[in-house]
Amino acid sequence: MEFNAPAGRNLFDDAKIVGKSTPRIDGPLKVTGTAPYAYERHDVADNQAYGYVIGSAIAKGRIRSMSLDDARRAPGVIAVVAATETDPVGTSDYNNAPLFGGREIAHYHQAIACVVAQTFEQARSAAMLIRTDYERDEGAFDLEAAAPDAPLASKAHKQGDFDAAFDAAPVKIDSRFHTADESHAMMEPHATIAAWEGPKLTLWTSNQMVNWAKESMGEILGIDAENVRVDSPYVGGGFGGKLFIRADAVMAALAARAAGRPVKVTLQRPLIPNNTTHRHATIQRIRIAASRDGHISAIAHENWSGNLNGTNGENATAQTPSLYAGPNRLIANYIATLDLPEGNAMRAPGEAPGHLALEVAMDELAEALEMDPIELRVRNEPDSAVPGRPGRKFSDRNLVRCLHEGAERFGWDKRSATPGAIREGRYLIGMGVAAGYRGAPTMASAARVRLQSDGRLIVETDMTDIGTGSYTIIAQTAAETMGIPLEKVSVELGDSLYPVAAGSGGQWGAASSTAGVYAACVNLRRAIGEKLGFDGDSATFGGGRIEAGGQSFAIGDAGELSADGEISFGEFKKEYNVASYAGHFAEVAVDIYTGETRIRRMLAVCDAGRILNPLSARSQVIGAMVMSAGAALMEELAVDPRFGFFVNHDLAGYEVPVHADIPHQEVVFLETLDPIVSPMKAKGVGELGICGPGAAVANAIYNATGIRVREYPLTLDKYLDHLPEIN
Amino acid sequence: MRSFTYERASTPAQAAASVSSRQGAKFIAGGTNLLDLMKLEIETPTHLVDVQDLGLDQIERTEDGGLRIGALVTNTALSAHDAVRNDYAVLTRAIAAGASGQLRNKATTAGNLLQRTRCPYFYDTDMPCNKRKAGTGCAAIGGFSRQLGVIGISEACIATYPGDMAVALRVLDAVVETVRPDGETRVIPIADFHRLWGDTPHIETALEPGELITGVTLPRPIGGQHFYQKVRDRRSYAFALVSVAAVIQSDGSGRVAFGGVAPKPWRVAEADALLPNGAKAVVERAFQGAKPTEDNKFKIPLAERALAGLIAQARS
Repeated sequence: MEFNAPAGRNLFDDAKIVGKSTPRIDGPLKVTGTAPYAYERHDVADNQAYGYVIGSAIAKGRIRSMSLDDARRAPGVIAVVAATETDPVGTSDYNNAPLFGGREIAHYHQAIACVVAQTFEQARSAAMLIRTDYERDEGAFDLEAAAPDAPLASKAHKQGDFDAAFDAAPVKIDSRFHTADESHAMMEPHATIAAWEGPKLTLWTSNQMVNWAKESMGEILGIDAENVRVDSPYVGGGFGGKLFIRADAVMAALAARAAGRPVKVTLQRPLIPNNTTHRHATIQRIRIAASRDGHISAIAHENWSGNLNGTNGENATAQTPSLYAGPNRLIANYIATLDLPEGNAMRAPGEAPGHLALEVAMDELAEALEMDPIELRVRNEPDSAVPGRPGRKFSDRNLVRCLHEGAERFGWDKRSATPGAIREGRYLIGMGVAAGYRGAPTMASAARVRLQSDGRLIVETDMTDIGTGSYTIIAQTAAETMGIPLEKVSVELGDSLYPVAAGSGGQWGAASSTAGVYAACVNLRRAIGEKLGFDGDSATFGGGRIEAGGQSFAIGDAGELSADGEISFGEFKKEYNVASYAGHFAEVAVDIYTGETRIRRMLAVCDAGRILNPLSARSQVIGAMVMSAGAALMEELAVDPRFGFFVNHDLAGYEVPVHADIPHQEVVFLETLDPIVSPMKAKGVGELGICGPGAAVANAIYNATGIRVREYPLTLDKYLDHLPEIN
Repeated sequence: MRSFTYERASTPAQAAASVSSRQGAKFIAGGTNLLDLMKLEIETPTHLVDVQDLGLDQIERTEDGGLRIGALVTNTALSAHDAVRNDYAVLTRAIAAGASGQLRNKATTAGNLLQRTRCPYFYDTDMPCNKRKAGTGCAAIGGFSRQLGVIGISEACIATYPGDMAVALRVLDAVVETVRPDGETRVIPIADFHRLWGDTPHIETALEPGELITGVTLPRPIGGQHFYQKVRDRRSYAFALVSVAAVIQSDGSGRVAFGGVAPKPWRVAEADALLPNGAKAVVERAFQGAKPTEDNKFKIPLAERALAGLIAQARS
C-alpha cells in the first residue's frame, strides 16, 4: 500500500478498538516473569555456554600483549577469543566505534576478549586472570577544550541577516548551556545468545531494529546477511542504545564459532556506559532578539558536541528551525573529534538536549520582555509553514492549544512572575513551562497476517516491542481492520524471518508498524473476498462476520489464508513538516537550606494525532518525563579527562530518578488527527515526552529561586552559594 | 569471583578463631556489600565464615538503661525497634535514609559498620587505588571527586566512609563490642572504630585480624530532639553528598556528626560545644583543616546550611 496522499475518512475514524485504552496483551507474561528476554532463552538452543566480555583498560592506544594461558587453563573454560589473536571484525554504517578485534583501542572498555566457559561464574573468574599490557596514547577527551576548533557538522542554516537583526533589536538574550553525557541505563543490559549451524548464524538478542541488526551482522562478520537470523521478541528497554548491533552480539557470534556450541553473552552493567553508546554532551549558545512586543526578529542556535572520528554528533538544534517564527536565523552544529566512547542516538537525539537549552532561553527572553512565557511562545507561533520555507507546510500543529490547555489545567495563573516570591516553610516554590517539539517520521513497514479456520488471526512482523506496547497496538489495528475481537489476534514480533517492519526508534514505530499491519489486513480482506466471491474492499468486517453484497459469512469460512502487506510513504510528504507537539509544565520545591530540588507536579499536554492506545501512550510519556527530569536534575556520565572514560559507570554512580523523585505526573492527549502521517493519522509519543519537561523543571527552579543555572544536570552544588543567606 | 571455601560458625569465638587461622578468610553476614565486591574481585577471600547462626540478633536493655544491639540485628529490625524509635530516633532516621528496603532487610548492624567506600575508582579495578591494592596510587586525587572526602583524608586516599547508621551511632556515643580469636572480648568506642586513612587506606577499622563484632551498645538515652538529614542528588537510594546527625537539647546545646565527608563519621567535640552559637560556628570548627577539591568544596557550606536547617527546626 502506497500512502501517496493525505488520508481521507477511513475505518479508524469509527474505531471500536483502536484508540481505546487497552491493557497490554503481553502484560500477563511480563508480570509473571515469563516473557523470555534474550539472556533467558534457555530453550532455543541446547548446550549453551557462557561468555564473559572484557573491556579495555585504556581509552586510546594499543595492546602490546595479552597473557591468556591462565584463563585457558582455568576450570570450565571452553574457549578464549582475544583481540591479539583475532582479525578485526568489519564495521557497518550503523556503528562508529570498532566492536572487536585488533590491537588498536579506540575507547575505554572496548571489547578486547571473551572467555567462554561451562558456567557464568567460571567464565567471569577466568576472564579476570587475563593480563593485558597496553601502550597508552594521548587522546582528546574534553569537549570544552576541543569545541573552539571543531568544524561544522553540516552546512550552517542561514536565513536573512542574523547579525544585523540581533544588533538592532531592543530586547535580546545571549546564553550558553552545557548538557551532560548521558547513559541509556535501560533495565535489561545488552544480551545475545548466538548459535551457528554451518554458515547460518542465529542471534537471540535484544535489539530495537531487527533488519538493521541482520544487515550489519553480515557486514561486521563478512558473511551473507541472508545467513543471519535475528530474533528479538522482548526488549527490556532500549532508548536508542539497542538500535544497533553492539559487542554482545559480535562477541557471542565469535565465541560460539570458537567454542563450537551456542554461547550467551550479556554486557555486565559496569561495561555499558563505556562499551556501548551514550548521549553526547553538548555546548549550546543561543541568541534570541525580539521587538518590545515580543516578536522574535532573530534567532541563532549553535551547538557543539564531540564523537569518535569526528562524525555523528548530538545535533541539539533539531527543533529550532520549526518551533518559533522569526525572519533572521542562524543554525549551526559543530562536531569535535573526541576519544571518548561512541556517542549515538538516545531518545530524541538532538531534541532532548536542544529543548533543555532553547526552552530555557525562551524563558529568559520572556523575562527580559517582562512577558508571560506562554504568551511569548504564542506570539511566535509560525504561520502555516516552516519559517523561511513556504514549501514546507506544517501538517496538523496544535502547539498553542497544548500550552493554553496546560496552563488552564496546571493553574498557571497562580505562578508568580517574580522569581523567589513564594515560600512554604523551608521551601521555595516555582512553576515552569516549556514547549515540546519532536518530528514524527514514518518508515516503510511490512507485516504478514495469517487467518486460521477458527477465525483467529496471527500477525507476524519483525517490529519490536521495547516496552512501549507494540504488541497491543498491532493487535488492536488487526482486530479493528478484520472486524474480530482483540482476543482473537495473536502477535509475533521481532523475528527476522517475518516481514520487515519499521522497528522501534525515532518515535516512528507506532505510526509506521500499525499502518503496515493495516496494509496486510487490507490485502487479507481482498484475499478472503476472492476466495468467497465478494469485493474485500467494500465488504463490512465486524463482530467476526463479513457482510458483502447481501451475503453474510463467518470470518473463518475462508479457511486458512495468509496475506503480506507493506505500507510505504510517498513523495507528497516532503511538502510537509510532520511533527508532534506538547506543552510541558512543572512545579518544584527547592529547599532553601540544602538546595535540594524536589519536583511536586508535572503535566504534559500532547498533540500527537490519534492516540492508538491511550493507556500505553500515557506510560510512554510519563516515562519520558521521568527521563527528562533525570537529565535536568541528576543524570551525568562524569568524564575523567586524564584517563578518558566515564567514571561513574554503574547504577550506583549514575543516578536516574527513583519513584520518590517523581510525585505526580499528568498526561493529557489532545483529540487531534494528522492525515499526513499515515492511514492511522497517528504520531509517536515516546520521544515527544522527553522534549521539554526538563526545561520546564529548570524554569521552575529559576521561578522558585531567581537563580539561573545553564549547566546540566542542575545539581545543588551549582547554585548553593546563590541561595538566600541563612543564619 | 575467585573460588572460596565456606563454613558456618556456631560460636563467636569459634568464628574468630577460624578466620584468624586462615590466610585470606573473612566473615560474612548479610553479604550486601561483600558479595558485590567479590564479584568484581575487589575482595578475594579464600574462605568465608558465615556468622548468621551465632544468635547475635537481639536488642536488649543494658543494666545502666542503655541498649545492646546484637551484631546480626538487621537494619530493618533496628530502625523499627520501639526503644530505638522512642529514645534514639536519630538512629532510626539514619537507617531509614540508607539503601533500599530489600537491602536493609538483609544488612546487619556489624556489617553496616564495615561497609566499604563508594569511591568510583575503588570500584574500577583497572584504576590505581591504594585502598584496593596498597601502593598502586590514587586515581581519585585529581579525578572525579564530587562524592569524596573533604577532611580526615590523606595523600594516599580521599575516599569516604559512605554509610548512614554509623553517623547516628557516632552522635549517640555507641560502643562496639568484639571478640578476638583468643576468646578475649573488648570494647571500642565508635569514635575510634573507623581509622583515618593516613598512608594505609586499606586498613579501615581498629579491628584486628580475626576480631569479630558481637554487638553495639548505646549509652542511656540523652533526650533532646533527634535529626538525621541526608542531602543527596536524588531522594532515595543514593549515597549522601553530606549527612548530618544531630541531637539538640532545649537549651540549644547538643551533638552533631557529619557523614559523607570523611573516612569516618565526623564529629569534633569542640564543634559540639559551639552548637548554641549556630551552624556557622559549628561547621567552621568541625571542618578546620579541611582539604576539599574543586569538585567537592561545596560540601562544607552544604554541611553548614543543612545543620542550620536542623537548628531552625529544633527552635520552631
